[in-house]
Amino acid sequence: MSDGPVTVRMTGITKTYPRVVANRNASIEARAGEVHAIVGENGAGKSTLMKILYGVVKPDAGETTVRGRRLSHGTPNEAIRAGIGMVFQHFMLVPPLTVAENIVLGAEPVRGPFVDRGRAEREIREVSEKFGLPIDPRNRVEDCSVGLQQRVEILKVLHRGAEVIILDEPTAVLTPQEVDELIQVIRRLAGQGKTVILITHKLREVMAASDRVTIMRAGETVETLETKKTSAGEIAHKMIGRELDQPPKPDGRPPGDAVLEVRGLEADSDRGTPALRGVELRVRSGEIVGLAGVEGNGQTELIECLAGLRTPSSGTVILGGKDITSHTPRSRFEAGLAHIAEDRHRRAVVLDFSLEENAILGLQHEFSRPFSLKFGAMRRHIEEIIRRCDVRPPDAGLPMRALSGGNQQKVVVGRELARRPRILLACHPTRGLDIGAIEFVQRSLLAERARGAGVLFVSAELSELMAISDQILVIAGGRIVGEVNPTEVDERRLGLMMTGHSV
Amino acid sequence: MRRWFASVALQLAVSSTAVALALAAGAVFIVAMGKDPIEVYTKLIEGSVGQGYGLGQVLYKATSLVFVGVAVALSFRAGLFNIGAEGQIYLGGFAGALAGLYIYPSPWVCAAAAALGGALAAVVPALLKALRGTHEVIVTIMMNFIVIYGVNYFTGRIQEPETVHTRGLADSARLATYKETFEGSALNSSLWVALAMAAFATYLLWRTRTGYEMRAAGLARGAAEAGGVRMRWTIAWTLLLSGAIAGLGSINFVLGNKGYFEKEFSAGVGFMGIAVALLGRNHPIAVIPAALLFAILSEGAVAIGRIVPGEIVDILQAITILFLLVGTVLLDRAIAAWQKRRQQEASRV
Repeated sequence: MSDGPVTVRMTGITKTYPRVVANRNASIEARAGEVHAIVGENGAGKSTLMKILYGVVKPDAGETTVRGRRLSHGTPNEAIRAGIGMVFQHFMLVPPLTVAENIVLGAEPVRGPFVDRGRAEREIREVSEKFGLPIDPRNRVEDCSVGLQQRVEILKVLHRGAEVIILDEPTAVLTPQEVDELIQVIRRLAGQGKTVILITHKLREVMAASDRVTIMRAGETVETLETKKTSAGEIAHKMIGRELDQPPKPDGRPPGDAVLEVRGLEADSDRGTPALRGVELRVRSGEIVGLAGVEGNGQTELIECLAGLRTPSSGTVILGGKDITSHTPRSRFEAGLAHIAEDRHRRAVVLDFSLEENAILGLQHEFSRPFSLKFGAMRRHIEEIIRRCDVRPPDAGLPMRALSGGNQQKVVVGRELARRPRILLACHPTRGLDIGAIEFVQRSLLAERARGAGVLFVSAELSELMAISDQILVIAGGRIVGEVNPTEVDERRLGLMMTGHSV
Repeated sequence: MRRWFASVALQLAVSSTAVALALAAGAVFIVAMGKDPIEVYTKLIEGSVGQGYGLGQVLYKATSLVFVGVAVALSFRAGLFNIGAEGQIYLGGFAGALAGLYIYPSPWVCAAAAALGGALAAVVPALLKALRGTHEVIVTIMMNFIVIYGVNYFTGRIQEPETVHTRGLADSARLATYKETFEGSALNSSLWVALAMAAFATYLLWRTRTGYEMRAAGLARGAAEAGGVRMRWTIAWTLLLSGAIAGLGSINFVLGNKGYFEKEFSAGVGFMGIAVALLGRNHPIAVIPAALLFAILSEGAVAIGRIVPGEIVDILQAITILFLLVGTVLLDRAIAAWQKRRQQEASRV
């Protein structure tokens, strides 16, 4: 633990939105040279607290001091001047510009009316060497991997001389190797005397990266613990206010016949480059097949081909013995397919439709008669989903937009499972959800397996892939490059296979 | 139900405020011209809804606007911006008149032909959009020119000597008028057809599967696709239906008022309908009061034309739209903020 001087002190922070308290008397203290994790479920108030620190949100009460200076909670500019930098979950980069251009954007060194590129690149090299963050300043950001883009964001903050660096859920988009690298970077920054505030809900990273951890629940800061003197179990307990259930596990039942077979599937990406180069896979009934891979290696295109949203250039898709390669999405539904889409807002829900209307998307033919929808049946359908999946608030007439991501996903999962599918495509079904909702989704997938459905489960979370899959396929460069038994593999080896190393 | 009433009341409050503010802003212009705004507005009301003939004319003008407004609103719900209503009503009128003259002089036959004509003017944009993804705004605008000048050419071949209109239709093809009640105004029974179209569009959009799929396509194309909505079919059918409703609007003039097709009869009503749809926030029922408002302003312009320049009415119309747009944006923001609060609240339940 660092005993450096206190750099950030927030006391008695309260922020009330009408009828909702986002922060209640929250207090936090971070020191120079420490990595300070803030953990809590979605909606616990982590983000609000950090937005207040960064000057984006004005609190109703409370005081913030940064390196001895009291902030008036005015604007981000004030916070930036005080030495605070924030790396957001969604990167704020200009893809066609170079790394150097992105980093100096808004604070460009100039010579006359022109940007002094030479000096910009020199400055960046200095910062990148000082903190051990190698990067080529002349690369275009759009050509950088997600991990490198994040590095650009961190360099941007460092280039402006930030002493306090806030990272908001930084590992959500990274591969396991990139996560390890990021943790090293974070440690190094703290080693150089910076204060790193790490917002996360992944306890493994808290344990690996932080010196101290502040736990938030329902808007309050519950406690600040020294990481070394606590355990993941204790943190989880304090975070959700109860004991964490045993993670769900599949039972030992053997799988049945193949329900989904994919042979020699090839397809192009949206940019016209080959995305799938001969994918072969098989999912049997009563089996969860996990699909691991670094994002952008063909998972999205594969699922789209299976769901009827992308036309493969060659290969066949067989569902329950029937060739459905060129079927419409609707006839695939009728053949027994259900799809929990990767991009919820783009593919799975209509945000301006009510819950009731969303609950029949894809089922609209079943819920209609010649000149009208079956409103009574629709109402019963959504009430059933709300009840079974514990959707909150339980109000069928609310627009989908009014729900949190986790509750939106519950409606989607409830809707897709209501089809009683033979094959379920679950594409990143737990992404961005909090612990409670994740557990619900995982249990639902296992329940489908027990019912005898086949599940193709795509996820970026190797731990959950390993926990509930019967078999894990690894996809890289548009091919299935490996097949492993989840009980016999560790995350490191999987991670290596994902990046194309044969193990 | 309570939620529905609250939202309607809110919309009405916003729209009324916008109209009131627009009148106030218009008053500034009137004062600048050295006239008394009270006097001008009184005249405007008296000259439009204040007497039988004026009221009849307001309803007559509103009828056409309702047809076109409903057509535009319907396509907008499916995410399609139909700027081609002007050409669609024009071809509809021509087709309706031809059917009455050369096929059979019945209002049913003429109306069916008018709807088909309107749909015909929408065929090219519908196919291009559905099959090739060509932007419907550009194609519908271009179709306006093609249709209007094409129709003008053929009208030239058959028009009565010394006029710009076709032969008159037989009385059996004409619609009922209300000349006695409304002191000889052009109001006719196509008003009921217009209202029926608004009701039909509302029912279609919110009570049927087709409408459900149209709205899903308009709000979230990707989700609609994944939900098994046939996008090409939905796009094509929506544009054709929109064209048909606009085309049907021509019966107000052709069968109800004059009894013949006349060059330039539509006189920009197809474009005015876009403003009406906008004002009605693309709800077919809300299009009705919006059409009335524009009809009052348009008819009132004749009455106040003697004391102030008629342009003041154009200014008023433009200002009303502006205020409504601003009011709408502010309202939407307020609603979004409210929903966000509910979401935060919900996630903490």
